[in-house]
Amino acid sequence: MSVRYGMAIDTKSCVGCAACVIACKKENNVPNGHSRDWIFTSTIGSYPELSMTIESRRCNHCENAPCVTVCPTGASYVGPGGTILVNPDKCTGCKACIAACPYGARFVDPRTGSIDKCTFCLHRIEDGLSTTACQEICPTSSIFFGDLSDPESEIAQVLAERDNYTLLPEAGTEPRHYFLK
Amino acid sequence: MQELTSTRLNPLVDPHLHVWHGEVALYLFLGGIVAGMMVVTGLLTLRKKHEEPSRAMAMLPLAAPILLSLGMFFLFLDLEHKLNALRFYLVFKPLSPMSWGSWILLVVYPVVILQAWTTVPGDVRDAVLRRLGRFAFLAKGSDWALANTRRVALVSMIAGASLGIYTGLLLGTMGARPMWNSAILGPLFLTSGLSTAAAFMLLYRLSDRERSLLGKLDMGLISVELILVSLWMIGLSTGSQISQDGLASIIGGPYTTAFWVLVVALGLITPLFAEWLEIKHGTVPGRSAALMVLAGGLALRWILVYGGQYTGWIESIALR
Repeated sequence: MSVRYGMAIDTKSCVGCAACVIACKKENNVPNGHSRDWIFTSTIGSYPELSMTIESRRCNHCENAPCVTVCPTGASYVGPGGTILVNPDKCTGCKACIAACPYGARFVDPRTGSIDKCTFCLHRIEDGLSTTACQEICPTSSIFFGDLSDPESEIAQVLAERDNYTLLPEAGTEPRHYFLK
Repeated sequence: MQELTSTRLNPLVDPHLHVWHGEVALYLFLGGIVAGMMVVTGLLTLRKKHEEPSRAMAMLPLAAPILLSLGMFFLFLDLEHKLNALRFYLVFKPLSPMSWGSWILLVVYPVVILQAWTTVPGDVRDAVLRRLGRFAFLAKGSDWALANTRRVALVSMIAGASLGIYTGLLLGTMGARPMWNSAILGPLFLTSGLSTAAAFMLLYRLSDRERSLLGKLDMGLISVELILVSLWMIGLSTGSQISQDGLASIIGGPYTTAFWVLVVALGLITPLFAEWLEIKHGTVPGRSAALMVLAGGLALRWILVYGGQYTGWIESIALR
């Protein structure tokens, strides 16, 4: 079976330190005032019965990616391992993909006018590394990344063992970015 | 209690989407008028009871390529990476409405020019050919177009309808924006385009017969538009929670007053009533109702472009 990269965030151990956000900005030279990943915190309930969920969010690299479908030039495309990538040489900056993404994961790079987003650090993986920058920096080892189609991979095993969810499954985008309960 | 915090830095997405602005609304508005003019003038050409058009009516199709160029200029202004604009024409993506639109616009250009050529008065054609006499192919092309006036009109109607529907489907196929996500937007924008085109033509010095014809046509189109707006709202309001939230920006949300006053009252109901009075009393349609229709057509697109971006699934993500 072909490689299908995916990511899972352990919401039980993530402390929301945002080291993943900083590591991504440094690794990918993300422009000031923008981010490819971010920390989302929701606190629900009434004191003293409060519950907090912390999620490290980014592009969901959807199996059925609306951003790829709407792109008129083929700049947004499905890359190796099913990653959703942007070719800046083809991008006109029409922003249809930003409007089509229900997750708000894309932005315009003000330096180039092209669309930018998380790539699952594919350049690192193609260089032979096995981790993304956010995963490597995570002090609580809350980020799992790997080949979903390989049952022996760590991410496949952790997803098989623990309850998990994706964002907006009802949108029909089939995200490959999971959150462990 | 729900307290949500996000460290996301994305100025075009937070606090709600605002990637498309007035340039896109103007492009959709001008594209709609051009689409409508192509259909209406094509229809007038194909009418069996063809009578000699007034000079203004014969010259009006010349406005179409100018308005189209203006619209495409606004679209160009919206692009963030303008140097890559030609990329639209290096590939065709059958599932991308914007790709369809790019190629439809490429077809529309020569068609509107040909149609204008077949309708302008003979003395204008002769004057142009005299000036460009050294280009023999132009004279040949002119002869061909004049011999195929009805075919040109038919192609113009098809291309115009495609353009008009596309301007609505560009928004209507965005599943992530509940307010836009309705196939009704295709026929709604086409009908609005036809109506604004008739209104635009009524601004010129047409004959009384032409004014009456366009006034009656506009009245019918506004009635259809009111039905389509109602169907669009019924579709969203009886859909899932996300669809119902999609209507929030015009029912109680920030665009409520603008939509009901500028689009429904000023742009549809008032001109419909005015045109009905004109027909009832046998007077020739004036320009005030036409101006209201044009203002309403622009407001419809402006409010939908902005209002649709105000709606999204992001709120739902936050509240899971």
